Amino acid sequence: MKPFTLATPTDADEAVRLVADDPDAAFLGGGTNLVDHLKLGVATPGALVDITRATSAEITDLPDGGPRVGAAVRNGDFTADRRARERYPLIVQSVLAGASGQLRNMATIGGNPLQRTRCVYFQDVTTPCNKREPGSGCGAHGGYTRYHAILGASEHCIATHPSDLAVALAAVDATVRVLGADGERTIPFTDLHRLPGDAPERDTTLAHGELITAIDLPALPMARRSLYRKVRDRASYAFALVSVAAAIELDGDRISDVRIALGGVAHKPWRAHRAEAVLRGARPLEETFETAAAAELADARPLDGVDGGNGFKTTLAARTIVAALRDLTEGARS
Amino acid sequence: MSDLLRPVAIGRDLVRRDGMDKVTGRARYAYEADVPNASYCRLVQTTVARGRVEAMHTDAARQVDGVRAVITPFTAESLHTDGGELAVLQDQEIAFRGQVIGLVVADTAEAALRAAELVEVTCSTAPHDVALSADRDDLYKPEKVNPSYETDTSDGDVDVAMAAAEVTVEQTYTTAMYHNNPLEPHATTAFWDGEHLTVWDSTQGVHPTRAVLADLFDLDKEHVRVICPYVGGGFGSKGEPHVHVVLAAMAARAVPGRHVKLALTRQQMFSLAGHRTPTIQRMRLAADRIGHLSGIAIDVVEHTAKMKEYAEQTGVPTRMMYAAPNRATTHRLAALDVPAPSWMRAPGECPGMFGPEVAMDELAEALGIDPIELRIRNEPDVDPETGHPFSSRNLVTCLREGAARFGWADRDPRPRAREEDGWYVGTGVASSVYPVNRMAESTATIRFERGAYVVEIGAADLGTGTWTTLAQIAADALGVDVEDVSVRIGDTRYPVASVAGGSSGMTTWGSAVVNAARAFRDKHGSAPADGAEADGSTEDNPATEQYAMYAFGAQFVEAHVHRDTGEIRVPRLLGVFAAGRIINPRTARSQFIGGMTMGLSMALHENSVLDPRHGHVVNHDLAEYHITTCADVTDIEATWLDEHDPHVNPMGTKGIGEIGIVGTAAAVVNAVHHAIGIRVRDLPVTLDKLLPGL
Repeated sequence: MKPFTLATPTDADEAVRLVADDPDAAFLGGGTNLVDHLKLGVATPGALVDITRATSAEITDLPDGGPRVGAAVRNGDFTADRRARERYPLIVQSVLAGASGQLRNMATIGGNPLQRTRCVYFQDVTTPCNKREPGSGCGAHGGYTRYHAILGASEHCIATHPSDLAVALAAVDATVRVLGADGERTIPFTDLHRLPGDAPERDTTLAHGELITAIDLPALPMARRSLYRKVRDRASYAFALVSVAAAIELDGDRISDVRIALGGVAHKPWRAHRAEAVLRGARPLEETFETAAAAELADARPLDGVDGGNGFKTTLAARTIVAALRDLTEGARS
Repeated sequence: MSDLLRPVAIGRDLVRRDGMDKVTGRARYAYEADVPNASYCRLVQTTVARGRVEAMHTDAARQVDGVRAVITPFTAESLHTDGGELAVLQDQEIAFRGQVIGLVVADTAEAALRAAELVEVTCSTAPHDVALSADRDDLYKPEKVNPSYETDTSDGDVDVAMAAAEVTVEQTYTTAMYHNNPLEPHATTAFWDGEHLTVWDSTQGVHPTRAVLADLFDLDKEHVRVICPYVGGGFGSKGEPHVHVVLAAMAARAVPGRHVKLALTRQQMFSLAGHRTPTIQRMRLAADRIGHLSGIAIDVVEHTAKMKEYAEQTGVPTRMMYAAPNRATTHRLAALDVPAPSWMRAPGECPGMFGPEVAMDELAEALGIDPIELRIRNEPDVDPETGHPFSSRNLVTCLREGAARFGWADRDPRPRAREEDGWYVGTGVASSVYPVNRMAESTATIRFERGAYVVEIGAADLGTGTWTTLAQIAADALGVDVEDVSVRIGDTRYPVASVAGGSSGMTTWGSAVVNAARAFRDKHGSAPADGAEADGSTEDNPATEQYAMYAFGAQFVEAHVHRDTGEIRVPRLLGVFAAGRIINPRTARSQFIGGMTMGLSMALHENSVLDPRHGHVVNHDLAEYHITTCADVTDIEATWLDEHDPHVNPMGTKGIGEIGIVGTAAAVVNAVHHAIGIRVRDLPVTLDKLLPGL
């Protein structure tokens, strides 16, 4: 573990300045991922800037009716918020599906989407990894790929993004508020994360020193009819093999609007635009759900590997999409 | 065998005497030993699986503030050893990936970690081989299997039985590589006072650890003290000392006057603390139409380390479980470039009752006979292996009692016949067995001090309840109130005691305590003077020459398989055991359900993924190596028969630490098959193995 300094500013501008001015500095939120990385040698910052006092820990209402969730809101506190529970079941369910109670009490809403892949090769400094050490090669290709990508991967990286919350935020088109040395900007949540391409060391489109200060949720009344379905190997405390965040709006016997995002399948939360396009305006029928899922997964590229690879994920993702849509529309279809 | 003790304290569900100290944090474990002048040790490991350390540069490490010592294979003291697992830092050869090739001692754990990262290592590499398969051409027959069973056995002719049988099952089953993963990591605090070594070590046996350390460091045994009042789980992995104990002692010798603390990281536990070999089990069953077995055979292939042989006795339970005139068992090993496998809860029986108990379910299905009835029809009158009568064998009663409690009678045998809320529902059963083991050597001292009785014995409590149960045994053996008995264990200052392994603790230590109590009363009568004391030791039990001694059990499982995703959940587990007399129902229940939970974990989750390219287990932490969580078990129940066995020992106990894990995984597989009609023969049962059949 490399020695580091710790700053605890109470002001976001100060926090940004401390990191932006020091290429060796990193923001520290709840620490549920970064502290592990310090111990494992995966991250070796020389300076940590704790932002849990520099950003808001409040959920406030925006003029358009959507809530603004401060970056320092603890995951556990978010799931207890009555507005969130009533209006965004898929987001609350996604947070509750992640980690454990203890971790959720530490982790923050701003930090959660920035957690890094749990690829076992990324987390082991004795194996090659282009994400951890650009140019060193990908240890996962041909290795243990059960938790790896089937969509949007590259020869350089096949890792998946582990956050459940991020999948739900991608589905609802949340907006990320970012403060940098040059001021504030907003990023559509679906543009926050990136595909690996030839630069897998970059998980997001944030520049060094840019700090997430809040996440704005759109009013989105349809989100009341939503769910987060996480498929995993054990009942608790496991990353998704596949997850689906979905919200749906019905107008008579037609689907008037639908939002779907997938987790556990790609380097970023995978917004299922193709499936949504098939579903919009269609009747909520099982066959249509299957067609939509197949369209979304048409380009899936499963991986071989130790312990059987991840070829099952394409089928699993399709079946989970169908099951989620069925659950959301049951009663409306008969 | 004399009459059993009259149970007064025995049988009471007393709370653990150490419980309050543990839940309030007052109980100090090995790493937490309250010592002055602590330094911290961090290990340096190889990142290649085979080869040789050519050079190590330690200058940068030594310059880290607070570093007191760096030891490498080039500088380490010589141990008195002929090689093997504990010959650490004795040469430059690399036998497996993750092998320790150095250590750092510093004033803080952080400085030690930083310095360990800065040690530069140059290795030459050689091709490594870690891939087990049944068709390797270099499989060999070990001389014995753990601990000293025959490697192969054959009675009659299974080939002939198979050829003549009306119905046969011939299938191959596999179990994965597993790591014990106790919650408390392997940890040691070590201190040298001249030529006297003291270690606080998390161990299943202070005396066995002392013996090993005395040999390695060429010390008089009396100059080594091992202290271990509490253990946060071991499951066999703390049964024999592993390298960390040796390294802590080496590290401490390098910093005179200081206590050195060393705890393995979770990742290090995947290469330095033993594991259970993967097994490949070819099963053959031959039967007639009414379900009588004419033949049963198991051919086992498993791995061992090139560095140290360990042969898991996976085929052993097949030798005695069912009445079949033709029986055969074999064990073959592949010697690989892996860390040494070792004991893990119910070595032999745990993997070895997987293939056979799934095969029995497959036979029941092929015959159209209820799987419980099939087992009853093959109940032997005497031990098929030795021809001796069983001291007691109540498998059939366990099966029937379990069937009644579980609601088995209403079971529709057809697979995929029940669905509830989108989940297919199935039930399954399997038998459990575990031998009654007694270790050779243990002595207890009982002393009368200030109006109460003190029992001293260098035994261990792994969380199992020894602190409490030995007091119960002593109280009944002395004929006094249990509150008037105190127990002192976990320190080599107390008389020699055997390792807590093989479910032998109560039989071995308990017998010593009973003999000590009898000696005490013989010597001092019922009104002893203050300071009166007597010793007693465990003895050979002549009845073992006349009787086969085993505990039995039956495990029932309800499994749910999700219609859409193939997710598997097990909402209900029931175990019924016949394990002799139960000393303490509270701690016993904990042992049984702990074993069953671990069996469930083996069935659904546990799987050490050995990457053949790198040569190490890549999912080496508790986020990626899945162990069953509380959410995976919603209703688990263990119960037992009131079994009277006058032959096993004066307490009438059979040992309960391991039988709970035996058979559980087979029962899960059988229940999953009943739920959806898919037979998974390779553990763990995961949804990807079910999806193609949904």
